[in-house]
Amino acid sequence: MPNTADWLTQLAGAPLPGRSQEEWRFTGLAALEALAPELWSGVDPFAQLSLPAGFSRIGADEAQGLQQQVLKATGGSDAWSVRLNQGASPRCLALRVAGAADPLQLHFDAGAEPGLRALQLVLVLEEGASLELLIQHGSSGPNATSLVAVAQLGRGAQLNLGLLAPGDARASLLSHLSISQAPASSLQLTTAVGGWALSRLEPCISQLEGAAHTRLRALQLVDGQELADTHSQVRFEGPDGQLDQLHKVVADGAGRSVFNGAVRVPRSAQQTNAAQLSRSLLLSDRARVDTKPELEIVADDVKCAHGATISRLQQNELFYLQSRGIGAEQASRLLLRGYCEEVLRELPAAAAALNPLKLLLREHP
Amino acid sequence: MIRPDAPVLLEISDLHARVEEQPILKGVNLTIRAGEIHAVMGRNGSGKSTLSKVLAGHPAYTVTAGSVSYLGSDLLELTPEQRSRLGLFLGFQYPVEIPGVSNLEFLRVSTNARRAQRGEEELDTFAFEDLVRERLKVVQMDPAFLERSVNEGFSGGEKKRNEILQMALLEPLVAILDETDSGLDIDALRIVADGVNQLAGPENATLLITHYQRLLDLITPDYVHVMAAGRILRTGGKELALELERTGYEWVDQELASLGQEPAEVL
Repeated sequence: MPNTADWLTQLAGAPLPGRSQEEWRFTGLAALEALAPELWSGVDPFAQLSLPAGFSRIGADEAQGLQQQVLKATGGSDAWSVRLNQGASPRCLALRVAGAADPLQLHFDAGAEPGLRALQLVLVLEEGASLELLIQHGSSGPNATSLVAVAQLGRGAQLNLGLLAPGDARASLLSHLSISQAPASSLQLTTAVGGWALSRLEPCISQLEGAAHTRLRALQLVDGQELADTHSQVRFEGPDGQLDQLHKVVADGAGRSVFNGAVRVPRSAQQTNAAQLSRSLLLSDRARVDTKPELEIVADDVKCAHGATISRLQQNELFYLQSRGIGAEQASRLLLRGYCEEVLRELPAAAAALNPLKLLLREHP
Repeated sequence: MIRPDAPVLLEISDLHARVEEQPILKGVNLTIRAGEIHAVMGRNGSGKSTLSKVLAGHPAYTVTAGSVSYLGSDLLELTPEQRSRLGLFLGFQYPVEIPGVSNLEFLRVSTNARRAQRGEEELDTFAFEDLVRERLKVVQMDPAFLERSVNEGFSGGEKKRNEILQMALLEPLVAILDETDSGLDIDALRIVADGVNQLAGPENATLLITHYQRLLDLITPDYVHVMAAGRILRTGGKELALELERTGYEWVDQELASLGQEPAEVL
C-alpha cells in the first residue's frame, strides 16, 4: 500500500498543503493522512435518486463546463480540496431548476466503510427559480468525504441551502461550496458541522455584478481532539451587494476551531453593505479558537462591519436560570442549546425533523 | 397583613456582604413573617439591590458575617437553584435576555423544578400550556411572548410582566421584587402591581425594593424600611414612605453623620 500522503498528493496533482500556506496555517491534515489510501467503491448514490417536481438533469459535459465556470468566478478552481475531489473519481449530480422547485434533501452517509469518497453537485437556478436544499453528511467510521458543490444563481433566483453534518471522530469532511450570484438573486447558506476528526468548509460566494443578497449562518462544534475549519470568501464584483454573515463556534475538550472570513470589495463594488460576526464559545481550557476576519476593501462608499467575540457561558444568564430553580448543569445545557439554536433554526425546514441539535451535541438521553 | 403569631419565613441577622473587595452590607437586620409586605427604600448605593442579590445567592457577592434563616434553615448554605425550589423568588431589576432559549420551555423547566421540590407531579408540555395560559391573565400578557426567546426583544414593561408571570407560576413563599417599578409607564406599573397584589396572601410574604413612593400607592406595605450605608436605618409603617416622599433623603445624611458614617459609594 502506498503512503497516504503520497497517494493524496497524486490524486490532487499537488502536494498536501502545509502550515506554510496561509490558507492552511492552522489546519493540519493528520486525520486525512491516517486513512487507508483507497477510493470508496460503492454504488453511485445519485443513480437511483428520484427527483421531485421542478428539476431536470444536466448532461455530464455541460455539468463539467458549468462547474469550471462557477469555480472560476469564485476563485475556487485552485483550491487543494477541489483538486483532490476532481482527482478522486467523483460521482456527480447535476440539476437545473426552473420556477419554484419542491424542497430537496440529499443524504450522504459514508457509513463505516474506509476510503475516500468524492461527490460533486452542480446546480443551476434559472432566472426567478427558487430551491430549498438540505444536504446531510454523516459517517460512522475511518473515512473521508469530499464534496464540491457549485451553484449558479440566475437573476432573481433564490437558493436556501443547508448543510447539516454530524460526523465521527475518525472521519473527515472536506466541503467546498462555490456559488455565483446574478443581480437580485438571494442566497441563504446555513452550515452546521460537528464531531469530525477534521472538517474543512470552504464557502466561496461571488456576486457577479453585485446587487445580490447573501446570508451566511454557520455553527461549528469541536470536542475531544477534533479540528473544524471554515474558510469563507465573499466577493462583490459590482455595486449594491449585501452580506450578512454569522459564524458561531462551540469549542470543548481539546478541540480546535478555525475561522477565516474573507470579504472582498473592489472599487467597482460601491454601496456594498456587509456585516460579519464571529462568536465563539470556549467551554474548556484546552480548546482553542482561531478566528480572523479578512476584509479587503478598495471601494470607498461602503459599509463593512465585522466583529469577533470569544467567551465562556454568560455568568448573568446562568444565574438568572439558576435563580429560577434550574440546576447549574441543566442551565448550562439550556444556554448551549440556545446558542446553537440561533443558527440551527435557519436550516431548511426539512432539518427540523432530524433534530439537528441532538445530532450535533451528541446528547445522552 | 400583620399577625404577630404568623410564622417567620425569613430572618436576616447582622448581615454583612461585599462585592469584590468593597463592603456593601454592614449589618442588616430584618424579620419577615407570613402575610407581610415589606418595602425597602433608599437611594442608589444604599445596598438595597445588593441585599436582594445576596438573598438570591448571586455568585458575585460574598457574605462576610451574619446569618439568614429561611423557613428555619440556613439560607446561605443553599445554591441559588435550591433557594428558588424552596420558594424564594427574586424579580430582577434587569431581567436577562437569553437568545435561542424558548420562554415557554424556560418557564416549564423552572416550574417543574419547584413542583418536584414540593412533591408535585411534573407537568408535560400540554398540561403546562394550560397552566401558563391561565397564569398569563395575572399580568394580562399576550401568549405570543411564550413563543419568543426568554426576554429577547421584550420592552421594559414586557420583561417585568414576564417576571411576575414567573412568580405566578412558581408560587413563592418569599418574593423579593428588585426595583420592579423602574422603567414602567403608569399603565404597565398598574398591571404589574395588580399582579403582585393578586399573588400576595396570608401564607406568603413580599419584599419590595424601590426608590419611589408611586409603587407603594398601588401595593400597600405593612412595613417600610429605609436603607443607608448598608443597613436599615429606620423602620416604620406606610406613613414612613409618605414622609420620605415629602422630605426626601436629606435626614438620612444627617443621621449617618451623627453616627460618624459616610454614605456608601454609588455603585
